Amino acid sequence: MNSKLNKYYFGYIFVAPFFISFAVFGLVPILYTLYLSFTNWDAFNDPAYTGFGNYTRLLHDIAFYQSIGNTLIIWIFSIVPQLIIAITLAIILNEKFIRGKHFFRAIYYFPNIITPVTLGVLFSLIFDWQTGSINKLLTTIGLVEDPINWFNNPWWSRLIVAAVICWQNFGFNMIVFIAGLQSIPDEVYEASQVDGANGWQKTWYVTIPLLRPVFIFTLITSVIGGLQLFDSPYMIGNGPNNTTRTMIMYLYETAFKNFNFGYGAAIAYGVFVIVMCFTAVTVWLTRRREQ
Amino acid sequence: MFITATHTNSSIARQLLLIPGDQLLDNYHRLIETVPIWRGFANTTLISVISTLLTVYFSALAGYGFSKYRFSLSSMLFAIVLGTMMIPGQLGIIGFYRLMDSFGWLNTYWPLILPSVHNAFGVFLMKQFADSSIPSEIIESGRIDGSGELYIFHRLVLPLMMPGIATLAIFTFIGKWNDFLNPLIILFDNELQTLPVMIAGVKSQFTADFGAQYVGIVISIIPILIVFSIMSKRIISSVAAGAVKG
Repeated sequence: MNSKLNKYYFGYIFVAPFFISFAVFGLVPILYTLYLSFTNWDAFNDPAYTGFGNYTRLLHDIAFYQSIGNTLIIWIFSIVPQLIIAITLAIILNEKFIRGKHFFRAIYYFPNIITPVTLGVLFSLIFDWQTGSINKLLTTIGLVEDPINWFNNPWWSRLIVAAVICWQNFGFNMIVFIAGLQSIPDEVYEASQVDGANGWQKTWYVTIPLLRPVFIFTLITSVIGGLQLFDSPYMIGNGPNNTTRTMIMYLYETAFKNFNFGYGAAIAYGVFVIVMCFTAVTVWLTRRREQ
Repeated sequence: MFITATHTNSSIARQLLLIPGDQLLDNYHRLIETVPIWRGFANTTLISVISTLLTVYFSALAGYGFSKYRFSLSSMLFAIVLGTMMIPGQLGIIGFYRLMDSFGWLNTYWPLILPSVHNAFGVFLMKQFADSSIPSEIIESGRIDGSGELYIFHRLVLPLMMPGIATLAIFTFIGKWNDFLNPLIILFDNELQTLPVMIAGVKSQFTADFGAQYVGIVISIIPILIVFSIMSKRIISSVAAGAVKG
């Protein structure tokens, strides 16, 4: 018995690598970034302390507010259809009489494992003004006279970026919803059948309410993920007057393209505050409705 | 997309293409001369495989530690692990860049591989898995046989955790494979770059060469398509398992 009690320190040994790695590659960089946000480091000279200068600038930076707005618009345009498509397909593909379920699940899920960069390049090619297939198709079937310059219009650009993200992620959410659907016990459906519920009523009053935890999971993950959009919007470009530039794109361009690392660090903390606020609001909303 | 990759630039620009052309090899050669895309494949595979091994091993270790050992700070430390999941990945990126610079690790694979040791989601998943499917009696019996704690972990616990490890491995591998921002800022040499950065390079370097861009896209998708068509059931069930546990 004594030897067993003495083994407790192994617990510390087993979890130690995580904390050492997190301290070196996670926590130190985060604190270091905080320090750099109070400097004017430009990668060539040593950082010089500038106080709250970067943060004052950030609060008056229209480009930063614009990037927040862009991120939110793109996120909403992608998350709403994403969840609707995902839940609808999940309910359909979960029915027992559908043939080739696994095939359809695989097809819908596939975009999720393609590199987002590839999807960004692909969409920028097929929506290209002069050479893209979409315009060719539209003019060939006579829907439009002249090719549409998609990326010259802020709203078309944002919609296309949102479409890429939606297309990439609805399959993942669909799988999550199917997993949630399969955890609903058959007895609940049988009970509603006894009570005389039809198919629609079953979906509306039994399935959807019981999927609440899954909804919350997808909502929270997509808030955190959606506010960090970078790869595929970056490949599609900034849009006219930077109307598709997301927060992380602004961070990347400020720091690693214009070598304004000090200000970039301040943007990183600005983004952090915004992501935290939205996560907190989402958690609070989902909690409140539970009670 | 596959069809378009087989045509010349001028015919891509002129008409809607429905039948395959004969320009695939020409487009391919122009692409390969500037962007060593197969090298990018090898680089990404190397980084992803090593990172995945590190992640699953250390996540299993920590998850098992949290699950089966009662130590005084256990619950507080586990709360910290979960808390790190809420931090956006890009928060520390500028400090990370400067820190790696001071280590002399820019343009090497260390900054891309070593942080895989800490993966909060992995620890969480492995703890859940150990809670539900590693019976404490097995550990006890190992101790009675006189085995050391690490021996017990490697010989008795790890094999039992394999289903959970497979799930985590698939998640981690996909995430690493698609990583773009980190290699973009850490690596400078064209030869060392990962596939996503090379695809991005195809777009910026072949601005008017649509044939080459399409070939680049096709190359980046086909191997994944092949792997996915073989393993799709396994991958999808892993995603489902991971998501419901998470």
